[in-house]
Amino acid sequence: MSTRLATGGRLVNKARAMEFTFNGKRLRGFEGDTLASALLANDQMLVGRSFKYHRPRGIVASGAEEPNALVNMGREETFEPNQRATTTELFDGLRATSQNHFPSLEFDVGAINSKLARFLPAGFYYKMFIHPRPLWKHVYEPFIRKSAGLGKAPRDRDQDKYEHLYAFYDVVVIGGGIAGLLAAKAAGEAGVKVLLMEQTAHWGGRALVDTGTVNQMPVDKFVDETVSTLADMPNVTMRLRMMGAGVYDHGYLLGYERVSDHSPSKNTPRHRLWRIRAKQIVTATGAIERPLSFAGNDIPGVMLASAVRDYVANYGVSIGDRTVVVTNNDDAYQTAIAMKNAGLDVPLIVDARANGGGALAQEARDMGIRVENGKGISKVKGGKRVTGVAICSQAGEGMPLEEVACDVVAMSGGWSPVVHLWSHCGGKLIWDEAQAMFRPDPEKAPTGAQGEGFVSVAGSANGAMDLADIVSDAVSAGRAAAKETGGKPKTTKAPEASSPKMAAMEPIWLMPQGANIKLRSKSWLDYQNDVKVSDVQLAAREGFESVEHAKRYTTLGMATDQGKLSNINGLAILSDALNQPIPQTGTTTFRPPYTPISMAAIAGEARGPIFQPLRRTPMHDWHEENGAYWEPVGQWRRPYCFRKTPGEDIETAVKREINQTRSSLGLLDASTLGKLIVKGPDAGKFLDMLYTNMMSTLKPGRCRYGLMCNENGFLTDDGVVARIDEDTFLCHTTTGGADSIHAHMEDWLQCEWWDWKVYVANVTEQYAQVAVVGPNARKTLEKLTKDDLSAEAIPFMAWQDIQFGDINARVYRISFSGELSYEIAVPASQGRAFWDQLLEAGAEFGVMPYGTEALHVMRAEKGFIMIGDETDGTVIPQDLGLDWAISKKKEDYLGKRAQTRSHMSDSNRWKLVGLETVDGSVLPDGAYCTAEGTNENGQRNVQGRVTSTYYSPTLDRGIAMGLIKHGPDRMGEVLEFPKTDGTVIKAKIVNPVFYDSEGEKQNV
Amino acid sequence: MSSAVSALGGARYEGYVRVEEQGLRGMITLRGDLNSAKMKKAVLDVTGVKLPKQREILHEGDKAVAWMSPDELLVMVPYDAVSETLASLEKALKGNHFLAVIVSDARAVFCLSGDDVREIVAKLCPVDMAPTTFAPGQIRRTRMAQIAAAFWMTSEKQIEIVCFRSVAQYAFDLLKDAAEPRGEVGAFL
Amino acid sequence: MLILECPCCGVTGEETEFAGGGEAHLKRFGPGSSDDEFHTYLFAKENPKGVHFERWRHANGCGKWFLAARNTMTLEVYGTYSAQTYEPPQDIKDKISAKVPGWSWREFS
Repeated sequence: MSTRLATGGRLVNKARAMEFTFNGKRLRGFEGDTLASALLANDQMLVGRSFKYHRPRGIVASGAEEPNALVNMGREETFEPNQRATTTELFDGLRATSQNHFPSLEFDVGAINSKLARFLPAGFYYKMFIHPRPLWKHVYEPFIRKSAGLGKAPRDRDQDKYEHLYAFYDVVVIGGGIAGLLAAKAAGEAGVKVLLMEQTAHWGGRALVDTGTVNQMPVDKFVDETVSTLADMPNVTMRLRMMGAGVYDHGYLLGYERVSDHSPSKNTPRHRLWRIRAKQIVTATGAIERPLSFAGNDIPGVMLASAVRDYVANYGVSIGDRTVVVTNNDDAYQTAIAMKNAGLDVPLIVDARANGGGALAQEARDMGIRVENGKGISKVKGGKRVTGVAICSQAGEGMPLEEVACDVVAMSGGWSPVVHLWSHCGGKLIWDEAQAMFRPDPEKAPTGAQGEGFVSVAGSANGAMDLADIVSDAVSAGRAAAKETGGKPKTTKAPEASSPKMAAMEPIWLMPQGANIKLRSKSWLDYQNDVKVSDVQLAAREGFESVEHAKRYTTLGMATDQGKLSNINGLAILSDALNQPIPQTGTTTFRPPYTPISMAAIAGEARGPIFQPLRRTPMHDWHEENGAYWEPVGQWRRPYCFRKTPGEDIETAVKREINQTRSSLGLLDASTLGKLIVKGPDAGKFLDMLYTNMMSTLKPGRCRYGLMCNENGFLTDDGVVARIDEDTFLCHTTTGGADSIHAHMEDWLQCEWWDWKVYVANVTEQYAQVAVVGPNARKTLEKLTKDDLSAEAIPFMAWQDIQFGDINARVYRISFSGELSYEIAVPASQGRAFWDQLLEAGAEFGVMPYGTEALHVMRAEKGFIMIGDETDGTVIPQDLGLDWAISKKKEDYLGKRAQTRSHMSDSNRWKLVGLETVDGSVLPDGAYCTAEGTNENGQRNVQGRVTSTYYSPTLDRGIAMGLIKHGPDRMGEVLEFPKTDGTVIKAKIVNPVFYDSEGEKQNV
Repeated sequence: MSSAVSALGGARYEGYVRVEEQGLRGMITLRGDLNSAKMKKAVLDVTGVKLPKQREILHEGDKAVAWMSPDELLVMVPYDAVSETLASLEKALKGNHFLAVIVSDARAVFCLSGDDVREIVAKLCPVDMAPTTFAPGQIRRTRMAQIAAAFWMTSEKQIEIVCFRSVAQYAFDLLKDAAEPRGEVGAFL
Repeated sequence: MLILECPCCGVTGEETEFAGGGEAHLKRFGPGSSDDEFHTYLFAKENPKGVHFERWRHANGCGKWFLAARNTMTLEVYGTYSAQTYEPPQDIKDKISAKVPGWSWREFS
């Protein structure tokens, strides 16, 4: 059993006990524990079930590479699945539960899959579920969806806080092991601005559990000294619990800081995503130990040798009493020695190398440990826990030579540099034959904005495995990076390090070398996704020869650990099956993030009320308080209508608003309309190019409706232009067009006609704008001013500056409703005050604020087009019968050339007409008008479609506009519009102006 | 102008940095040839502030002029003085090609104050806020989360931020969120 | 995510401050142009793997348009320059030639 030892545990504070629960069981750990070490201290080796076969899974590793120990954390609003126990720091009150089992971790019915493993090979899903087709939708897909995925998605809203931080450094060093510390120090000493980050809660990394000295000091002392030197350097920032999540173009780097995962408290940000720009990045990300592939290597109790050593040295936790070490290198001997030193039994070291190890092997023998060279593990015994191993000859086929009882197997298949961050942005790898590893190719670094290499690698991430090499590599990497960014590195000698000389490792991809199919089917590569040696070999036989294909076919490396343990072993097996060298097979692509990061950290502050900006007009609060039923218009919120009582339905409200406006007085908050000032000697010429009609002839004091097209000829915006003076125009745009038309104007002024003397300013938000509409509009306004508002003083399509008490206003006699109407612009700061005055003055006329729907219905009753309804980016003004607003005299305007293209001038284009339903009902929006016959797909031919459709309270019937082939020539014809329910509505083609076609009402 | 109110009526939040909506401020967008002697003289004569160089903001008493782009300045004066300032500018620049419009009411102004003001901006804007890179006297136009904004430092412990009026509430909520106690990073110590 | 220097205000900012505007150095064809000329102007855009010239706007910044010489494959930015010009400046062309000998793009090389 695994337990806490009486002594040892560099990182735990035994004076401070902490309580936590696992699957509801109350357990105790210490401050400094990870959840994994605390579970092991409580003999909780079994932590989950595998994905496919639901096999019992124990902790395998001690860090970010852990494939098995994924647990649910918290509950309700703090619930989060798939949290890695090995990187979860213990805190008081932590709650964790295991996942992917039913009904319980100890007894799982899904484990039957394991017995059926023979029938569930690689690609099983692809092969099985393709026939018969009809079963897919109702049987297979629901089944697969139910069994897919590990943890459950949280049901409650995340209560925690997350944020971003933009940070800029000359040199960022990722990894706070001895290499990272030394690289950061070397860069810091060169005077540049440095950030050093470490994903765990401690500096020093693996060197602390390995044997060696630096500058004649024990490594831990040297690390402490270096850390305090760094802390004193003002140009160096150090962050623990921060992972380099991804490296992107131009030195962009995401640092994932887990601010309070280790001591949750309200209001403290849980995670902070550092959005970093680094001139140079040094990845000192270390190396990860590889498992060995032997039968039963997934049984709980089989662990990485380095992890077994970590638990003893860092947490004072022994995994078991009897540890068999199996290795192809010298490093794992340190585990055997550490176990022995901790008073635990090591009955055997199985060394697959025929010639065995070097100095450390001798040391182990001297301690009385039995070492067997040239041997391997034939099979691990045990079910939910290791009980022993059968030993065989590595060169053979797995005939057991003897059985050794043990409860831990510490395995080491060599080390793989963590090259992920180097590779994210295109850094290339080379295969190091001697150490059997992929390591960064220094000639092929990712390149930045100036074409320079901006990532370098230090220490074991660079393939340096000997402490002295690691130290000198790190110092030179730090210095080189600093130099690249303008620093002046020191030239003093790097610290001197020494560690036991290691004998060469020997690549062992399968144990034993000639393992039969029975053993290979029990030799796991990917623990989480249940991919075995036999699966990869099957994939190769079935033709999935590309490593990317084999990965997807077998799911090797596709689990949440992204194959940190399994990838190299898997592609070695694949290479062997394909009979080609490993570098020819290559690796799959390394993509960020290095380990999963929270979605909320990516969202940062953008959630809840600040998920996105909501634009408010100066009258927003009044609307809110008076029953506004909001409609999003871009980022604006505009009232669709105002509900008099909370129970009033919106159709009734719209009808009420229209009727009251047409009969007496309505108010519209039109503040969102775009307002652009265009000024300069060439302003008229410029607007003549932008609008289809002539603007330069407009007289100061007058207004003109205009259309804007893009170079494709399509209608993009419309609005009323007012000429303020000889040099100055004010262009109204649609609400959505304010920013885009401003940008469009600047584009043409800056990039095409840069010698024209025109300046543009966007004054949209300077003004609150109110449309005062209806027969009583003038009477109402006259109560608020001494100025003359008569038809003579301000005729239709004119404007005047008017004083309303202390408010300077500009009044435009324009109408989008067909009624007598004044659009009044006042400074936004006085918008609410002006609105309140209008409500008071209009009270005697039953003043009725109205929303966007009433606006839409009233404009449709008048046959006015709406950008976005009648237009969809493929409609030209000519389609809409707006030829009167297209100048024939102008030589050029944006879109003019395009409108002469053959398809644009085709007489068969659909054109705008009014549509009046025969039975008075309302046509469905977007309904198609069918024609005789069918097309080549057997669908009914169409000859037009509905673009706007409403119930008109004024006419008490459905009215619509639509684009119909030859429409204007077919007045009075009755067309058919099928509905989605199969019935058909008939509508007659009529003039689109349904109301006051002479325009008498607006011109009084 | 008694009926004029700022977007948030002086909303205020005390976090590890204080966030405060400022009252109305007179602002004029002035576009023209910034290299012309006439423009330099007009700005100096009307505001008493020298014409700022690229990305500079210059203050003089209750007035300030900020460089917004190669042909645009933002002239800031007390709210009530803005019409008069506009008239003076128009008079001084008469005969030249220029554009001057009041934008006081189109803006919201926030003031951050405290030791960690740089950090609040760094949480929301993709800008290097290190003292060696950004200091009083400079103006930076950028993106603040999802809106356009401009800011400058009036002292080492004070930053003023300008954005559009319609998004004032969003901007305030952003700043408030970033300034919540326990969110200290210590990034600029 | 790219970083670009705006030649108009001198800010070096990240891509989120800017808005891309498609190909640079377009020659406008209006009324009177042939169908072929107009079609080419509107629709026949360069899409190279390598050296490219683009329009960018400092949208969340000074608002100005500028042009950028960039490599679409390596993402290297050779330089940014004024939008009020008909061809890339010589120093930028020289810089590209040093890195990509023999490059050409439309009529420039």
